[in-house]
Amino acid sequence: MIKPPPELRSRNGNSQSLMDPDTDIGGPNHRFPATNESAIIRIRSGDRQTRQRAFESILTSYWKPAYKYIRWKWHASNEDAKDLTQGFFAVALEKNYFAAYDPAKASFQTFIRTCLDGFVSNQQKSDKRLKRGGLSEHLDLDFLSAEDEWSLQSIAKDLTPEDFFHREWVRSFFTAAVEGLRERLSSSNRQVHLRLFEAYDLNNENPGERLSYAKLAQQFDLDTATVNNYLAAARREFRKIVLEKLGEITATEEEFRTEARLLLGLELK
Amino acid sequence: MKWLSDQKLDHLRKVVSEPDFSGTKYSIIKELGSGGMGAVYLAHDRELDREVAIKVLRETDLSDDTKRRILREAQIIAQLEHPGIVPVHDVGSTEDGRVYYAMKFVRGNRLDEYAATVRTPGDRLRKFKSVCETVAFAHAHGVVHRDLKPQNIMIGSFGEVLVLDWGIAKVLSPTSLPDSEADTLKLRSTNTTFSPTPSHVTADGTIIGTRHYMSPEQARGEQIDSRTDVYSLGAVMYFLLTNTAPATRSDHSSAALPRAVEPSISKAAEAVCLKAMALERRDRYASADELSTDVGHLLDAEPVSAYRENILEKTGRWLGKNRFFVLLVLAYLIMRIFFIFTARD
Repeated sequence: MIKPPPELRSRNGNSQSLMDPDTDIGGPNHRFPATNESAIIRIRSGDRQTRQRAFESILTSYWKPAYKYIRWKWHASNEDAKDLTQGFFAVALEKNYFAAYDPAKASFQTFIRTCLDGFVSNQQKSDKRLKRGGLSEHLDLDFLSAEDEWSLQSIAKDLTPEDFFHREWVRSFFTAAVEGLRERLSSSNRQVHLRLFEAYDLNNENPGERLSYAKLAQQFDLDTATVNNYLAAARREFRKIVLEKLGEITATEEEFRTEARLLLGLELK
Repeated sequence: MKWLSDQKLDHLRKVVSEPDFSGTKYSIIKELGSGGMGAVYLAHDRELDREVAIKVLRETDLSDDTKRRILREAQIIAQLEHPGIVPVHDVGSTEDGRVYYAMKFVRGNRLDEYAATVRTPGDRLRKFKSVCETVAFAHAHGVVHRDLKPQNIMIGSFGEVLVLDWGIAKVLSPTSLPDSEADTLKLRSTNTTFSPTPSHVTADGTIIGTRHYMSPEQARGEQIDSRTDVYSLGAVMYFLLTNTAPATRSDHSSAALPRAVEPSISKAAEAVCLKAMALERRDRYASADELSTDVGHLLDAEPVSAYRENILEKTGRWLGKNRFFVLLVLAYLIMRIFFIFTARD
């Protein structure tokens, strides 16, 4: 059973009033999105489908960090980590625990990590294993890829659990953003933009040493000005997607700005 | 989807936070450093085919009014023509609404790097005097730097001294502005962190390193004037004399005396430094020019205004200054005595 720790629990259990539903602080420069775009807000919706979609957004961002965190911090085996991750999110969905999040008390990331710790701790104490088949909800999670990634990672010895979880969340977040960019550029028939972005920013094995635009121009049979323009457009789109996704998983404008500063070093006005 | 390594993650974060220069004549080559308020990039000016240094404020979507006022101030600063000033060539805003300044890209060592290799106090003070003269020139034109520190001072390839970071300087003289509005520009005091010193500045913009060089009134967010720069110059001198940054606490009251850190410093040099760093501005040198004069006197072993010597110190300084002459006279006297005694025998 997941129980949010007392310090993270909302006083009245209802934080809807935190955001003015009429407030639209979105805008042309990717500010905090209107409230209906934030999954953290939508998870409190009375509508089951809206809640389900919001949960999926949160799940996409957090299940892999949660799995790796359980593997690392709780020294869980592959199978145990799968069960615990599956169990944690299935129970969270069933009981709608993420709705108890209060942005005034902590960031959503801290909330979810604290909930996860509580859940794993309770499971270990009671020695009551949650088997995937025994849960009413079964979530389709690609644990094979998560385990592959886990095997590739080298973890610094002095890393704190908080830092580890955050780092994995950042990885999961950017992986989703890159996927989003692929979808968006492909659907708008901008494959060349995408390939340039992949060559320059994604597949370059040594990102510290950038390819020259001239080399890319030669490789793609374009002139350097076009390379410059296409790459700038792809990066602009990527930035937009990143900020949109950040808006999806933050609850307030303040949290959005804080995360933008911590994650990207951006001061959004 | 291929797994993103830590290195690639860091790169993608940079891609998002990097300014979008697509609508300008610049292409970013690499990041030179970043601070609380922004980052410095080495960029290529495609029109003039040359390398430039570009500082970009971290804040996006500044209001048109703020951009206009920053531009006005930049225009004034761009008119400062002095060999010790790296001027702002260009100012503008990027596609994502961030303000940038393009400057000459200077090759050389920062003053802190220079100090690590040059141990002679005289050489260091000579460079420092040049800094004072440059700042005095700016003050004469109504411009206060506001962020003087060793990291913002460069020693060029030919030994020339250059003061950087005029992009956030404050124009004080209302008469030199197109209209009085420019004098109302209030950039947050954290602007002073806008320097390529990543290890000294936290991600949320809290000042760590630059506080050491900031006057108490500036740290409190009060009105500033040219004596604010005099304090920072004093702090730079403190660094050059002791190899350590002054004041470790924000209240500026706990700075160890220079001679307590480095006993070989002369009392006069310590007095000059402390006068420049006086907590109350009325107790400081009235101008960078006055400070420069006293530093010149230190170099020439002349008395300084900040320190009253006793007779022994006066004699010691005179002997030190006229060492060669004194030795010559002594040698002459010894020879005379020697001849007198040999003649008597």
